[in-house]
Amino acid sequence: MNTLLNNSDLFITGFRNTIILFIVAGIGSLILGTIVAALRVSPIPAMRAAATLYINVVRNTPLTLVLFFFALGYPKLGLVEIDFMTAAAVGLTLYTATYVAEAVRSGINTVPVGQAEAARAIGLPFAQTLTLVILPQAFRAVIPPMFSVFIALLKNTTVAAGFSVPEAGSIRANLSERGEPQMAGLLWVALIFVLLVFMLSYAQRKLEKKWKVVR
Amino acid sequence: MSSVLFDAPGPKARSRYRILGVVTALVIIAIVGFIVLRFAQSGQFDEKKWHLFTFPLVQQTILQSVGATLSAFATAAVLSLVLGVFLAFGRLSDRRWISLPCYGFTELFRAIPLLILMMIFYYGLPPLGVQGITPFTAVVAGLVLYNGSVLAEVFRAGIESLPRGQSEAGYAIGLPKSAVMTNILLPQAVRSMLPVIISQLVVILKDTALGFIVTYNEILFQAKYFGSQAQYGAPIIPSAIIAAVLYVGMCLILAGIAKWLEGRMRRSVKVVKVAKSEIVDIEG
Repeated sequence: MNTLLNNSDLFITGFRNTIILFIVAGIGSLILGTIVAALRVSPIPAMRAAATLYINVVRNTPLTLVLFFFALGYPKLGLVEIDFMTAAAVGLTLYTATYVAEAVRSGINTVPVGQAEAARAIGLPFAQTLTLVILPQAFRAVIPPMFSVFIALLKNTTVAAGFSVPEAGSIRANLSERGEPQMAGLLWVALIFVLLVFMLSYAQRKLEKKWKVVR
Repeated sequence: MSSVLFDAPGPKARSRYRILGVVTALVIIAIVGFIVLRFAQSGQFDEKKWHLFTFPLVQQTILQSVGATLSAFATAAVLSLVLGVFLAFGRLSDRRWISLPCYGFTELFRAIPLLILMMIFYYGLPPLGVQGITPFTAVVAGLVLYNGSVLAEVFRAGIESLPRGQSEAGYAIGLPKSAVMTNILLPQAVRSMLPVIISQLVVILKDTALGFIVTYNEILFQAKYFGSQAQYGAPIIPSAIIAAVLYVGMCLILAGIAKWLEGRMRRSVKVVKVAKSEIVDIEG
């Protein structure tokens, strides 16, 4: 308990950054992932191919490597300078978006065929069929896998600690500089993560109940 | 290709699709071209930056680091499959003093970030007097605890999705519960869950890269080491490209095996169909 109380400043900044990363990357990947999923089912072969390629390449790359590139490689390119936090947020967004896209696509597949056929029958073009009819139903169907993706994102934010982002994963290094017991600090970090994950699971059950599709 | 989401295109739509297709291709070429151009302009493709990787000794070291990644992967994969089976059996036990701890174990270790687990082993245990923690043991122990818990859920979902008749038939011919589990339910569950199990193995392979942060001598760790050699122009991007090719290649091979197995399974009649909703993509 002392480790937590005496170093509460470390824990607070650490977890604040973790949560900022989680929210920014979560919203970013939700938007990007939905766009990629839409591209993947679009009538234009070039768009489908581009989305498939992106998903296959990024899903088979370790997140550590994605962040490695953005944190250490990107500054060498002489483009707009970004700090480590932004680099981590961009890397996490690009990585998580592929998982979101796969979840949304599996949701699109669960929507009954009749829905899309009805939309086409009343003359809606592809974009409207997707945004007005299919996606709203698809999102309700994919709440459990979507929350698994976001729980994974929350835990993945710790990887950014390896790339100079002062967040929950780096609390240990700071504690050891202060000569505090590392084990106690790490167990506190683990415990807080367990609590955060359980909060997300609780939100998932609530949303599932609220948005249940009755068919 | 026909899809339920859009009508078969008429002549107008076809020309519109063609234009949009060309525009998409142009945009992609522009993005990729810009990245490649940037790489070239900042001298990432210069001979000097790649010179380091022409030395046989360097290539050998890279191969060794691939070996290190693969050995951590193989050890963790085998151990987490074993742990997963035991935890799944434990959770399905009729005795609450067995099933409850197993339930708590899987929930707990699925909620702790893998990196924190590895740090607990690598940085947390030695000050408490635990001897002999190498980066390898820390990486493998973390991977096994986490993926064992995830695989336990996969096995459990597989066993629970089997038709009741399977276990009832086993009991009817007088088998004890342990024999019903190991001889009847587990083989079928493994078969029907094989795609999910293999994609979890891909996750293990990818997560070995976290060993980089706890100083395990794997591909990314070597990549960073070579990337910071100043006398060779600090070739961090060339070494990141090499690491990416190695990782994507290995993962695609594993994923290819998964696809091949799935195709074989589909032709085989022995597989019990599992409802799609049972297979939830557990990891990200």
